[in-house]
Amino acid sequence: MNKIAKLFVTFISAITLALVSFTSSFAKVEGEYIVLGSAISLTGKYSSNGVHTQNGYNMAVDRINKMGGVEVQGKKYKFEIIYYDDESNPKRAAQLAERLIKQDGVHYMLGPYSSGLTKAIAPVTEKYKIPMVEANGASRSLFTKGYKYLFAVLSPANQYLEVAIDLAVEKNGGKGVKIAQAFEQDAFSQDVRLGILDAAKRTGSEIIIDDKLPKELNDMAATLAKVKAVKPDVLVVSGHTKGALTAIRQISEMKVDVPMLAMTHCDAAKLSKQHGKKSEFALCASQWHKNLSYKDKFFGSGKKYAKDFQKEFGYDPPYQSAESSAALLVFKDAFERANSFDRDAVRDALVDTEMQTFYGNIKFGPGGQNVAKPMILFQVRCKGDDCENRVVAPTKWASDKFYHPIPKWSERS
Amino acid sequence: MDFLIFKAPMLMVQASLDGILLGILFALIAYGMALQWGVMNIINIAQGDLVILGGYIAYTIYLWGIHPAWGVIISPIIMFFVGWALYKLVINKVVDRDLFISILATFGIAIVFQQLMNFIFGADVVVAQSEYGTTMLFDNSVTLPNSKIFSAFISVLYAIALVIYMRKSKLGRAIRATAQNARAAKILGVDTEKVYAATFGINAALCGIAGALISITLTLHPYVGLPYTVRSFMIVIVAGLGNLPAVAVSGMGLGLFEEFADYILGTEFRIGAVFLLLVLILVYRRFKLSKKREYLK
Repeated sequence: MNKIAKLFVTFISAITLALVSFTSSFAKVEGEYIVLGSAISLTGKYSSNGVHTQNGYNMAVDRINKMGGVEVQGKKYKFEIIYYDDESNPKRAAQLAERLIKQDGVHYMLGPYSSGLTKAIAPVTEKYKIPMVEANGASRSLFTKGYKYLFAVLSPANQYLEVAIDLAVEKNGGKGVKIAQAFEQDAFSQDVRLGILDAAKRTGSEIIIDDKLPKELNDMAATLAKVKAVKPDVLVVSGHTKGALTAIRQISEMKVDVPMLAMTHCDAAKLSKQHGKKSEFALCASQWHKNLSYKDKFFGSGKKYAKDFQKEFGYDPPYQSAESSAALLVFKDAFERANSFDRDAVRDALVDTEMQTFYGNIKFGPGGQNVAKPMILFQVRCKGDDCENRVVAPTKWASDKFYHPIPKWSERS
Repeated sequence: MDFLIFKAPMLMVQASLDGILLGILFALIAYGMALQWGVMNIINIAQGDLVILGGYIAYTIYLWGIHPAWGVIISPIIMFFVGWALYKLVINKVVDRDLFISILATFGIAIVFQQLMNFIFGADVVVAQSEYGTTMLFDNSVTLPNSKIFSAFISVLYAIALVIYMRKSKLGRAIRATAQNARAAKILGVDTEKVYAATFGINAALCGIAGALISITLTLHPYVGLPYTVRSFMIVIVAGLGNLPAVAVSGMGLGLFEEFADYILGTEFRIGAVFLLLVLILVYRRFKLSKKREYLK
């Protein structure tokens, strides 16, 4: 009996092993499906943006599948995505990436949300030589490590607010300006800071306040009191949504007058909704805006994308969703040009990507970052109590003129 | 640059007032912590998360169109029952055990609370608007948000009310008796179980008030509770247990110290400076105690 049981166990394990190896070698393409994998933050502190990312991915998968799918060697394939919840935790994200690759046999990955989690996953995909197209990791350090399988459709973090400094210099008659800046101490914000340092050097501007905000801090009163005392030409703040909301709250309460205020994460923080008129004239960096004139055959224009997205998910798409959708378009394009499912062939095709999507032009630089798309700046403008983000730079897409300088608080109603 | 504060005397005034106003708010949270630490010998790691939950209650009524300042009345009432329920469910099982168990248990509660708040209220950072405006002093060179003045005022009001309640009421006397000697209080007919539950409820209510005030002065997010726990822990360590005036003074002192550290050392060393101060104070107290042949429990 014992012998039979042992034999039985051996037999079952052999079959399981065979099945596992079988699935992992073919799971990249199952029947008519190309299987992509993604660890995504569906719970935890990044869950809202994680969901925006997932909605963007899903929207593009549906659209591409509906419009004929991906054609490889004369056969039509559809996209399918395996998702796991990484709980907004980098360690978990790295484990899940490993699981997607080793257990589920995924051979092509889509990025998670945030620079931090992308940083955790990139070494894993690199180790197994899995091409990953990511749409939500902008930290410059991702693109300086020499990763060969990482491709980002978005502009790197150091470009976020460089345009704002150029704009300030332009308004100052080409002369350098005095910059006050406050950045949170995390990878992303510090990269934005590096961009400002470069821009300051390039334009001969002077940085007169350079505060680094601890992550735990939600009070900027000291920084703002300093700003009030030294009167800079530009105030730059970056500290995710918390930083944006805290800054606007305290600038308005402390009546800090600056001619120009540039920030990140205004739309993620729903600044114009949460702070209303207090946020007026704030200048915000964004990867995308629906009014841009880029086009593609899947989503049409940005406006059309926004309309369809609104219909499907019931809210206006933030740029996190738009860039996520663009990642799928990049994959489709690469598969068709590679005309193969070989990972390295797909990777080589990704390297040669040069295309326009509704989200913007995409062409990857040597580090994997998108070099073909500029950042845009919008400004919060209000009519009565109704506030909106209007594109003001670059001039090519500007729907409104950049309002400068910001009126003093004593003159604002 | 870092010594800007010495060049502009108005900045000194601004920093002092900012520090004191914020310190008073922290002192309120710390008072709750000191109370239940003293009575039940529990260090509540979930203190900050109770604060944030209180804030979300105020934020919710703000979303319903009610002015968020009403949160300072509604939030503590709800939070009292939350605290009471928490005691009955978890805390009563760890109250007589050693300190480490209570830290673990409240740490667990903190995680559960964070996830629940994230689930219910979402992961977005939110603010409630009080529209209280600004007080300008010295020809507009010192500005104080009225919401911060309001917070400090309400904190002081509640703290005074609580002191009076502790002195005069029957429950207050029972709580103080239990804090002095739980066994003796029990022998003399005090229902210590009830006293513990009430103490935990009062602590949660204080957190509720502080949370409501934070919703109109700072920002809310499910995961920002820990800094409040740490800050109140520090204030209590500095002030000692069962000493309300000391808690108030140490709260304001820490607030001041933090603001000045920001100006003099730079923003990035602000929190580091506070921790350094904590270490120095602990070392000093240990030194003093060892001379007196007494030990911190």
